[in-house]
Amino acid sequence: MTDYLITGAQLPEGSITDLLLADGRIAATGSDAADMAGARAGAQVHRIDAHGLVALPGLVDLHTHLREPGREDAETVASGTRAAAVGGFTCVHAMANTTPVADTAGVVEQVWRLGEDAGWAQVRPVGAVTVGLAGEQLAELGAMASSAARVRVFSDDGLCVHDPVLMRRALEYVKAFDGVVAQHAQEPRLTAGALMHEGIVSAELGLTGWPAVAEEAIIARDVLLAEHVGSRVHICHLSTAGSVDIVRWAKARGIQVTAEVTPHHLMLTDEAIRGYDPQFKVNPPLRTAEDVQAVRDGLEDGTIDIVATDHAPHPSEDKDCEFAAAAMGMTGLETALSVVTEAMVADDSRDFGWQDLARTMSATPARIGRVTGQGRPLAAGEPAHVTLVDPSARWTVDPAGLRTASENTPFAARELPARVMATFYRGVATVLDGQPQDGSTR
Amino acid sequence: MRHLLSAADLSREEAITVLDTAATMAATQSREIKKLPALRGLTVVNLFFEDSTRTRISFEAAAKRLSADVINFAAKGSSVSKGESLKDTAQTLQAMGADAVVIRHSASGAPHRLATSGWIDAPVVNAGDGMHQHPTQALLDAFTMRRHLMPEGGAGAGLDGKRVVIVGDVLHSRVARSNVDLLHTLGAEVTLVAPPTLLPIGASTWPCRISYDLDAAIAEQAPDAIMMLRVQRERMSSAGGGFFPSAAEYSRRYGLDAARFEALPGHALIMHPGPMNRGLEISARAADSDRSTIVEQVANGVAVRMAVLYLVLAGNEGTPS
Ligand SMILES: [Zn+2]
Repeated sequence: MTDYLITGAQLPEGSITDLLLADGRIAATGSDAADMAGARAGAQVHRIDAHGLVALPGLVDLHTHLREPGREDAETVASGTRAAAVGGFTCVHAMANTTPVADTAGVVEQVWRLGEDAGWAQVRPVGAVTVGLAGEQLAELGAMASSAARVRVFSDDGLCVHDPVLMRRALEYVKAFDGVVAQHAQEPRLTAGALMHEGIVSAELGLTGWPAVAEEAIIARDVLLAEHVGSRVHICHLSTAGSVDIVRWAKARGIQVTAEVTPHHLMLTDEAIRGYDPQFKVNPPLRTAEDVQAVRDGLEDGTIDIVATDHAPHPSEDKDCEFAAAAMGMTGLETALSVVTEAMVADDSRDFGWQDLARTMSATPARIGRVTGQGRPLAAGEPAHVTLVDPSARWTVDPAGLRTASENTPFAARELPARVMATFYRGVATVLDGQPQDGSTR
Repeated sequence: MRHLLSAADLSREEAITVLDTAATMAATQSREIKKLPALRGLTVVNLFFEDSTRTRISFEAAAKRLSADVINFAAKGSSVSKGESLKDTAQTLQAMGADAVVIRHSASGAPHRLATSGWIDAPVVNAGDGMHQHPTQALLDAFTMRRHLMPEGGAGAGLDGKRVVIVGDVLHSRVARSNVDLLHTLGAEVTLVAPPTLLPIGASTWPCRISYDLDAAIAEQAPDAIMMLRVQRERMSSAGGGFFPSAAEYSRRYGLDAARFEALPGHALIMHPGPMNRGLEISARAADSDRSTIVEQVANGVAVRMAVLYLVLAGNEGTPS
C-alpha cells in the first residue's frame, strides 16, 4: 500500500503542516511526518506538494440521492460516489427513495455493500421512516439500525412525514438506537401541484406556488414534537427565512434540532426560473434573495448546522421538457465545496472560514449521522480521510465534464472558486490532481 | 417581432404596430374577397396540447385569410402525461417545414421552452399557456377597446387614461395577466377585482389596482370597460381548491348583474373572453346589451391574429394594403 507524504498543507485553522498517511491513518503530522516517511521500511512513499492548498477532513454529505437500486440510468452507487470523491467527499448518506425503497434491512445492506465494493467513499444508507415512503406505517427502523449498514438517519425524503402522530412515534422510536429522523418539511395540502416558490415570480409566470409557510409550519410542529418527546430531529434542506427563525428559536429553547442547507439555496433565487428552464426546478424550490441572505446568516451563526448537497441526478429527458413536466432536483456533489466557498468563505464580510467549512461540511454532518471515524480533526492517529483544496483555483462548470452520470446542474457555465485537488479515503487516493483514480491506479 | 410569447414582451410601439396592422387587416375583411396573398407558400402549424376549438379556429381562419397553409396538430395528452414529448413534437414540426408554430399548452412556459430551447427555428406564437399568458387575447381586447373608446377608431393610439376593470378568477387566468401587462403598456389604468382567494400572492406588485369589492370599484373607477373573466364552477368544491363557498355567493358578490350593469357609465364596454357562464359571472342583461362587445371580440380576434402571424412571418416588409 502506498503511503502519502503531504507537505506544506494549510490546516483549516490556518497553520501549515506536513501529513503522512499510512495504513489508513494519519500516521504523523508536522516534522514527524517526513521523519517517519523516511523510516517506513519497504513502503512506497508518494510525495504530494500541497503548498498553497488547504487540507480539510474528508467531506461528509448527509443528503445524497444515489438512485441505485432502481434508477441506474440517472446514477449508480459507483458513479455517484466517484462524483462524490471528485467533490472532496469521503462519506455520503444515500437517501431512501430508491426502487425498491430502502425500508428494509435487505435494501440498506445492499446499498451499503455496493458502496464498500465501489470504494470511492463510505456509503451510509438512510432508512425510510415509513413503509414504501407511504407515510402510513413505520418501517422496521430497528432492523435497519442493527443491520450491517448500521443505519442511524431515517428519512422519507422527497415526501414529508406529515401525519403528526406517525412523526411523534418515529421521533420516539429511534431514541432506542440513537437514530435521528431527517424531515423533508413540506405540508402536502399546502403544496399540491406546486412548481416553484410562491411569490412575485410565480404570480407572473403562472406557476403554482410552493409557499414558505408549508415548510415553516412543519418545522414548527416538529421542533415542538421533538421537545415534547425529548428526541433529536434533523431538518433537511431548510430554505426560508422563517425556517431559520424557527430553528433559532428552538435552539435557544434547548430543543435538540439540527438543520441543513443546500449549496443551491445558498446561491440561487426564484428569479432563475424566469426562463422556465427546468434545471432550476427543485424541491424545496429556490426562494427569494431575502431567504438566501437568511440561510447564509443562519449558516454563519450556527443556527443551520451543516451544508448537505441534496444531490439529485436525473437523466436529460426528465429535464428537457416543459417546466411542469420536469423532474425536481439538481446535482451537487461536485460543485458543493466551490459554491459554499463562493457564498460564505470568499465573502469577507462574513465570519466564515475554512474551519467553519470543515465543521459544516464534515465534522457536524458526521456527528449528526453518528458516523464514527469521519469528520475527525487532521491529527496523528485519526483515520486518513483527507481532502486537499486549491482555494485560488477558478473553474467553469461544464455539465458534460462532471463525473455524475447526469447533467442536471444549475451551475452550467458558471465560474466558481476553489477546486478539489486530491481526496484520500481510508488512506487511499481516490482523487489526485483533480482526477478520479480509477481501477489499478488506486 | 421574432416570437409572441407574452404581452409583457411588447413595447408600446410594438403593441400599437400590431393594433394598427390588425385595423388594416380588419378593413380587408369587409371586402367581398377576404383572402390576402401575404403568406402564400408558408405553413402555419396550430399545435394544440389543450382543447380550445375557438382559439384554434380563430388562428386557422387568420392564417388562411393570409393564404398560408395550415396544419392542425392536436397533441392531447402532452408529455405532462408522458405522451410524446414537446421536444420530439417540435422536431417533427421542424422536419415538416413549419414556418410558424402557434402553440396552446396547459403548462405555463411551454411556448417559451419551444422558442428558446433550440428545438425549432420557426417563430412561436403563444395561443395560451397554463396560467401564464394569452397575448393574442389581450391584443384583441385592446383592439376592441381602442376602436370604441379612442377618437377616430384609435389609429396610432394607445389607451391612455382609459379605466378598465377586470373581474373574476385572476389566480388561474392567463387572460388577466396578459391584459394587465398590455393595458398598462398602452397607458390604461387597470383595476383587478376578485375574492382574495382568487388573486395570486405577489399580484400586489403588478402595475394595477386591486380591489375585493366590485360595487366600490365600479363606483370609484367609473370604468370605460369592464371585463368579466370566466369562473369555473369546480373551483368552489374542496377538490377544486375551495376558492369560494358557492356559485350563488360568487354571483352575488362578483357577478355583473342587472344592478351593477345599471351602475356602470353609459358608454362602458361589457367584455368577456368567452365562453361565458351566464348567471354566474355575467347576467344575460349585461351580456346581451348593445354595449356588449363579446361577439365583436371574436371577429376582432381573427384580425389581430392575422396581424400577429403577418408580423412574425413577413414582419419587416411593411403593412399590406
Ligand atoms: Zn427532500
